[in-house]
Amino acid sequence: MPSIERNRSANDTLRIVCPNGHLGFAPIKTGSFEIGCRNEPDLICADSGSCDVGPGPLGADVSSSPRQWQEQDLETMLLASRRLGIPMIVGSAGDTGTNSRVDLFVGMLRELGRKYRLPKFRIGYFYSEVGKETLRSRLGEGERVEGLDGRPALDAETLEATDRIVAVAGVHPYIELLDRGAEVIIGGRSSDCAVFAAPAIRRGFPDALAYLYGKILECASFCCEPYGAKESVLGEISMHDIKVTAMLPEQRCTIASVAGHAMYERANPFYEYFLGGHIDMSGCRYEQYDDRTVRVTGPRFVPAGELCVKLEGSGKLGERYVGIVGVRDPYTIANIDLVTGWARRQVEERFGTSGYELHFAVYGRDAILGPSEPLRAAPAHEVAVVVQAVAPTKKMAEEVCMIATRQMFYARLPEVKGTAGGVAFILDEVMPASPAYRWTLNHTMRVDDPVELFPTFITEAGV
Amino acid sequence: MARLSEIAKTIRSKNAGVDKITFDVIFSDAAAYERVRRSGALSRAAVCRLFEIAPDRISDHVEFAPALAIKFTIFRRAPSGSPGDADIFGAQQYGPLLGVEVPNA
Repeated sequence: MPSIERNRSANDTLRIVCPNGHLGFAPIKTGSFEIGCRNEPDLICADSGSCDVGPGPLGADVSSSPRQWQEQDLETMLLASRRLGIPMIVGSAGDTGTNSRVDLFVGMLRELGRKYRLPKFRIGYFYSEVGKETLRSRLGEGERVEGLDGRPALDAETLEATDRIVAVAGVHPYIELLDRGAEVIIGGRSSDCAVFAAPAIRRGFPDALAYLYGKILECASFCCEPYGAKESVLGEISMHDIKVTAMLPEQRCTIASVAGHAMYERANPFYEYFLGGHIDMSGCRYEQYDDRTVRVTGPRFVPAGELCVKLEGSGKLGERYVGIVGVRDPYTIANIDLVTGWARRQVEERFGTSGYELHFAVYGRDAILGPSEPLRAAPAHEVAVVVQAVAPTKKMAEEVCMIATRQMFYARLPEVKGTAGGVAFILDEVMPASPAYRWTLNHTMRVDDPVELFPTFITEAGV
Repeated sequence: MARLSEIAKTIRSKNAGVDKITFDVIFSDAAAYERVRRSGALSRAAVCRLFEIAPDRISDHVEFAPALAIKFTIFRRAPSGSPGDADIFGAQQYGPLLGVEVPNA
């Protein structure tokens, strides 16, 4: 394996290896991780959370990542952390950061401790779930729970339509757990950058640089080029700058790749918000420090006037079935909305117009962009219609979906030559899908203490 | 004239939280970045015309020189992953940008 050695640029620095931008979602590439571990890291940190998986996992309290990959990534990190004698931190356990996902990860660590007969180590963990009763009483006291991204303030109806809520923690519970001697930390839902910023802030590095450090490291090799996911990166923070280095020999950190990552998945590349404030990155300077390392300086920390914690909530809409039909007849394709309209009317005759949801996505025309598709007037020579039905019971969802799917076969358009059947079935059936959920909460709530929603715990593992 | 896909290095879309989708158009050299930036081919008004959306659907529109990027963000019609949303990650919304015509500098 090629040797990539980065000598420390100052004595007073903190180095973190990040092996994965979404732990468990796809396995860590261990080659570059081992290189990272040979570069004298002070910690190993990774975020495990994402809203990208949709509202289903939070609502149903499940992971979107397979258990085996979660175990494998935790094993890779834990064995390195214990071998090197350095702390390890994982944030937003199990995709959603709910209490059950934190318990799942803590259980996996205990299991690994037994399996490898690791010397005793202290696990710190914290929870992020917020009970509906907490919000009910806040609303009852007349407090506003403000909506983000154009949403209205929370009302009782939206709250009652919610099944599960997590609050997004900042650095505070991580710092508290490090202070209590935790060597391995599993966090509930938290800001991605907090996982990395917490140990840096605790060691006295400036807030602005610490949060930027987390912002850049949290997606691992997404800040490198050429593209290659799940490879490790090594970060180093000093009192004056941060540096980030690609650990895979084939990758580099460049000004373009690091600056480009700063805007990834964010509405605005200049601001990053978290519990306690935000950083302003508009004055950041990016320099090529060496062939594979970028140095960044110049972020500004803006403390929040009052502490506001972000809340994420998901509510179940109902059970869901899916049907698929194909269409090759050109006239039918040109008039596909009449066909889906016919099918919808058949459902309405049976079930009325409310109490369920029915969606038709026309692939080959505008399924992906909907009304924003500039080419919707020029559909392909064959199209597929995916039917989604959502209803209170599985039985009803299945019937709504079956009527809508099968009735497209019988829809009659006056000009169609083929009178034997209006669509092509790949399966003459409808299929159960996961229940449908909706992001009900994307809000912020005022708190007096940045840890009041995030109880911390210490336990022991190993032998 | 040239198509944006011939000039830009990266053209992508992705969720920015659960209520927005953000678009990044990244160039490999400053001349290309300046050419597109000055042309207005990706201005707020041009984006509204291309995606047939009202101006208030755009939450952010920025020129990000350190990354040689033009970036804009739009509000989703419904939160990601709601029934009927066929792009849970928002990752395929950039398609119409590829063919945007950019005048010569």
